[in-house]
Amino acid sequence: MPPSEPERPAAPEPGAGAGPPPGLSGQILAFADELRSEGVAIGTAELLDAFAVLGEVPWTEREDVREGLAATLAKSQEDRRVFELLFERFFFRAAEAEAIERDVQEQGGVDGGDQINLDTLRQQIAAALRDGSEGAMRDLARLAIAAFGRQGEGSGVIGVDVQRIRRALGLRAEPQPELPPEDPRREGLPRETVRAFEQHLRRELERALIERTRQLPPSRPLSELDRALPSGPLADLAAVHRIVAQLKRRLATQGHELRGRRAHAHVDVRRTMRASLETGGVPVKLKYRPRRPRRPEIYVLCDVSTSVTSASVFFLSVLHALHDAFRKLRSFVFIERISEVTDIFERERNFKNVSAAIGRDAGVADISGYTDYGRVWSEFLTQVEDDLHPRATVIVLGDARTNGRDPRADLFAAVAERAGRTFWLNPEPRLYWNYGDSVIAAYERHCDAFECWTTNQLEDFVKALARPIGAPAS
Amino acid sequence: MPVMPVQAESVQHVAEGLRDVGYLPGESTALVSFLAAKLGKPVLVEGPAGVGKTELAKALSRFLERRLVRLQCYEGLDEAKALYEWNYRKQLLRIQASSVAGAEDAHGWDAVQDDIFSAEFLLERPLMTAIASEEPVVLLIDEIDKTDQEFEAMLLELLSDFQLSIPELGRIDARTVPVVILTSNNSRELTEALKRRCLYLWLDYPELEHELEIVRLHTPELTETVARKLVEVIQRVRQLDLKKPPSIAESIDWARALLLLGADDIDADTFRDTMSIIVKHRTDLDTVAERVGVELGGLTDASFGAGAPRGA
Repeated sequence: MPPSEPERPAAPEPGAGAGPPPGLSGQILAFADELRSEGVAIGTAELLDAFAVLGEVPWTEREDVREGLAATLAKSQEDRRVFELLFERFFFRAAEAEAIERDVQEQGGVDGGDQINLDTLRQQIAAALRDGSEGAMRDLARLAIAAFGRQGEGSGVIGVDVQRIRRALGLRAEPQPELPPEDPRREGLPRETVRAFEQHLRRELERALIERTRQLPPSRPLSELDRALPSGPLADLAAVHRIVAQLKRRLATQGHELRGRRAHAHVDVRRTMRASLETGGVPVKLKYRPRRPRRPEIYVLCDVSTSVTSASVFFLSVLHALHDAFRKLRSFVFIERISEVTDIFERERNFKNVSAAIGRDAGVADISGYTDYGRVWSEFLTQVEDDLHPRATVIVLGDARTNGRDPRADLFAAVAERAGRTFWLNPEPRLYWNYGDSVIAAYERHCDAFECWTTNQLEDFVKALARPIGAPAS
Repeated sequence: MPVMPVQAESVQHVAEGLRDVGYLPGESTALVSFLAAKLGKPVLVEGPAGVGKTELAKALSRFLERRLVRLQCYEGLDEAKALYEWNYRKQLLRIQASSVAGAEDAHGWDAVQDDIFSAEFLLERPLMTAIASEEPVVLLIDEIDKTDQEFEAMLLELLSDFQLSIPELGRIDARTVPVVILTSNNSRELTEALKRRCLYLWLDYPELEHELEIVRLHTPELTETVARKLVEVIQRVRQLDLKKPPSIAESIDWARALLLLGADDIDADTFRDTMSIIVKHRTDLDTVAERVGVELGGLTDASFGAGAPRGA
């Protein structure tokens, strides 16, 4: 929904910070609607708060207004990111209209000739970068685009234009000894500020693009793309770890809200005494201590074959996290055959060592490299058949791609029957399930299958896992 | 106790006030603190451990010259420890005393019952203290994410209306509106209802310059160059994949340690010796020694080269 152009105040009157201008309320409501459409939960209470805040901060201070609105409307880091993007997008036009009003002369001047001394501009920008002043950088980014960017309307690709302008300005992080000593670029500029300047350039170029094409960038579904699990190679391992660290903390507290005070053998003397006062000191009602939550026994099978390479790094780190959270956990990795790795996880506290040890000792890597689910089930059954009981939970991490081999769903059914609960985490989007050699449908009949390629989905799974056995599914 | 507590007048005023009591707020921190004091809304502060969430509440209490009432949350915290509790020992004594005197005493059971559920037998816990205080206070509810959801639900009445309901006594309204700060390490998702009642502030590790300022504020004796290098190293360490990245508190500790040791530069040796101040896990120690220690060893020459003209 493009923001409608409200009656805008002519110009901010100095000293008249009494309250927001009349048009602003409508704008804020429209903005809140936009946020809602991106999945940020905003209630009337939040809106009222937002208006209360706008009454307190000078509405002409862009930063203050933004922070104030963010504090009332965006109540998590996730929401905050959406907020930032939308705020830019939404208040774009208003800002842009004003910029045109004021900058008409400036831009006209550049188009007419080179009134701006390019060398002076370079110097100014470099000085602003060295001092790291935000406001100056933004203004100068505009000037830089006016000076260097308009030749032939740019390449059409914003990233390319940004780099071209940066090179034209000679902004580098490395020292440039060939420059005269008074030049701020001589010793190299701080890398972060150069990056920040690039951000400004990018934003301004986007602004220009929007002005030219007269439309806002399509609102891409941020939430899905940005929350997707990192699927690249080891470079993303740190990102995986951050997610897992959070998961670990969640797991540690998970299930506690389900802890109640049900009938239990231990009498809580203190609370019984207090309750006894209602009956004049006679303990008529006994109070019991809360019951400790039972940690489930978990069996995890993790596919580490090549078809799930990117996911298995992630899965292994999840497995690692699970080991910290659950005491009774046995883990297995498999490709063609199965191999128990519980010991490795217990011995090694460091994930890097774990993955190295699994590659080295687990003995799964030296066979064909193609998953054989049928064989995996039969080996798993022989190994743990006697230990499986209705309170146990079996979790399979894999894509259910059998490479054309017999899925042996009957064996899997036997596993699922002996265990209390069976979950399947599939790193492929549901769209691809049962295409090609994927036989997840055969297994899904016997277990709860989850697609698991974003952190949100992983969280859903964790919630399901922490739900006590016998509780209704959501 | 001052007669007139300090009022927050503007964002600038709050920022300067916090600065004066030894807390360097970021822009949004100052703004949200100002709004909290002005609008009387609770603030939910989230962020990684050690970025100064709790410290913010302490600084606010110093700046506003209000008493700090702190409720440390933990698993299994219940209303008896957070709100109020009947002093049942005293109540028992009262009952026994009245039954001894009962023969000639005309007061019957009704009188005793009225009596033992009065303010005299009430043990105030932090939340109650904050509400009932004559002077406005700063209420810090620390690590709210450690409690269970029922406790959060119980807080709602307090946070939105600043009142408490005690079945035997009725409703207790706040005499003064406290500034409420809730902190969370984000270990679980807080309920929407709670978030709805709060302003939200996300505190993150500060930018290099900001952190440098903080370190300088706490250890003004440390030379500028060492402080800068220290902060640079800390920022570098935070980028590594660690179990527990160093917090601001740890950079300050490290700065103090360096000051005590009289170090005038952070070279590979100093770093190796004092590393344990900022890194607290054995595996992290290895990672940091491997990555940053080596870098520092190589860096010392280069940084001397680059540092010389800057100093001249």
